[in-house]
Amino acid sequence: MSSVEVRNITKSFGRARALDDVSITFEDGGFFALLGPSGSGKTTLLRTIAGFSFPDTGTIRIGARNVEAVPVEKRDIGMMFQSYALFPNMSVADNVGFGLRVRRVGAAEERRRVAEALDLVQLGDKGGRMPHQLSGGQRQRVALARAIVTQPKVLLLDEPLSALDKTLRVDMQIELKRIQREVGITTIFVTHDQEEALTLSDRIGILRDGRIVQAGTPREVYDHPNSAFAATFLGEANWLPDAALEGLQLPGDRTRHRFAVRPEALTLTDGRPATGNALSARLEQRVFAGAMATCLVRVDGEPWKLVARDRDLPEMAPGSEVWVSWTPEDTLAVPREAAT
Amino acid sequence: MRRPLLPLLGRAWLALILVFLYAPILVMAAMSFNASPFYQLPFEFSTRWYADMAMNPQIIEASLRSVGIALATMVIATALGTAASIALFRYDFPGKRVLQVLLFPPIAIPWLITGTAMLIFFFAIGIGRGTPAVLIGHVALALPYVIVTVSARLSSFDVTLEEAARALGADAWTVLRRVTLPWIAPGIVAGALFAFAVSFDQFVVSYFLAEPGDSTLPVLIYTAIRKGFTPEINAISTIIITVSMGIMFLATRKSSFGGSR
Ligand SMILES: Nc1ncnc2c1ncn2[C@@H]1O[C@H](COP(=O)(O)OP(=O)(O)O)[C@@H](O)[C@H]1O
Ligand SMILES: [Mg+2]
Repeated sequence: MSSVEVRNITKSFGRARALDDVSITFEDGGFFALLGPSGSGKTTLLRTIAGFSFPDTGTIRIGARNVEAVPVEKRDIGMMFQSYALFPNMSVADNVGFGLRVRRVGAAEERRRVAEALDLVQLGDKGGRMPHQLSGGQRQRVALARAIVTQPKVLLLDEPLSALDKTLRVDMQIELKRIQREVGITTIFVTHDQEEALTLSDRIGILRDGRIVQAGTPREVYDHPNSAFAATFLGEANWLPDAALEGLQLPGDRTRHRFAVRPEALTLTDGRPATGNALSARLEQRVFAGAMATCLVRVDGEPWKLVARDRDLPEMAPGSEVWVSWTPEDTLAVPREAAT
Repeated sequence: MRRPLLPLLGRAWLALILVFLYAPILVMAAMSFNASPFYQLPFEFSTRWYADMAMNPQIIEASLRSVGIALATMVIATALGTAASIALFRYDFPGKRVLQVLLFPPIAIPWLITGTAMLIFFFAIGIGRGTPAVLIGHVALALPYVIVTVSARLSSFDVTLEEAARALGADAWTVLRRVTLPWIAPGIVAGALFAFAVSFDQFVVSYFLAEPGDSTLPVLIYTAIRKGFTPEINAISTIIITVSMGIMFLATRKSSFGGSR
């Protein structure tokens, strides 16, 4: 197990910049999610670390070794693909043992480690099956066992769960996290699903247009987004209209910051609350969803969203005048960007 | 009442086609077992012509040459064709589309023309006639068949399998041997069988390119017929047809023309 260090990586395809001066460190044993919209360069970054794609400039270090010039098969990585990519002509055990055979560990050692890896993913009894005899979730586990059985320095996963349906995906997330903890392997996980990133990772990197816009623990990024993009890509944000700022307690300078509040930080009342920041609003819609409810309101013409326990909300008809309020510490101060 | 007419007509049509295709062959095969040298009936079973044929050194020599050339063609065309298919599948290069399109006309160009053109060309570059020329000609004819069958199989190959193998530490050769080739193996086998059959059944190109002294079996049969027909020819032709049909049957089953899994 090793840390992975990416320094000043740039990669262009023709005139398009897929990666633009990316520097990021993946700590030893950490679970790191690369999060970003489609086309932001996540796959390219992962494939560059794996060695399927070579950067135009910059350095990559896996453990103590510089690997820019090292081919994939010599980088000692584990990789999991969205399509599972199990070898259709080999049994489950032969699939899992492939990397061990390539490394010539010997038949007995291979058998022992394959059995161990299959037990780890709870498929101990499925070694003799062929891939086409397995369900999607089972193939996923085989692919994971195959990727980690060689004890690689780093595990790379490119949206591995996006082919699974919702319930199975959640199960696999829990499973993946358990196995990652058990094995302690440095893991880099690409996803465009913010919920998945929050569930799994202990660090997040947000990509946009080939650049890392922010990296940190999920809580850091969620509570202190450094850009409007980060604020809206990880979680949702209600932006304070400039006209409404007067009289509010704000954690920053309004010429350099924009301010926002998360939906769950807001409280909805029919009268003006005595303390905290409050703005008058018009209730547009209230969506009941079991324990929680979502309210859509308008503040100075801006659409806002508010999430609260249903029982905490006053009974009010759509169109009523209401107040939205929040504690001043919950205000996000987001640096204004030059562009966008 | 008019509806059953068409299927009925269709079936009759199909039956007619099969009759015209196979009746001559069946008659020939039957006559190869008939004792009379003048195709006289009643039919009297005999393996005399097969025995005669087996004693005929010319036929034996031509048979061995034909099988030898067909095997060599098969090996060379399969190796080159498989390599070419993988290259066409894996790499993008300028002129790739043109090259892929150019692979098909040789299948459609009349062999008479191909044979003439090859003869002229081989003389121009100094190879001339003879077994090497025949072999080169056969390989050239067989190559498109191999490329088409192997490419058909490759088109359903998932390249992430190769990436997965490389990520697991396999070098290029291991990836090819353990992952890519096993997947395209049915296509390779089918292509090899086609290549064998194209060479073994080849008359026109062999006729143009072979030296008078070293004929292949089809060429020998043709010259024998011109001198005077003997039932031995029926015997050897029956054997050729049985072998060729067997091979074609295997090849079409292996390639399944469109490729299920
Ligand atoms: N092989 C390639 N050839 C050309 N452009 C590519 C290639 N791979 C990626 N790109 C481009 O690079 C950008 C980043 O792509 P990618 O890394 O796949 O993004 P993501 O995985 O975040 O969706 C996109 O604009 C994409 O079109
Ligand atoms: Mg991607």
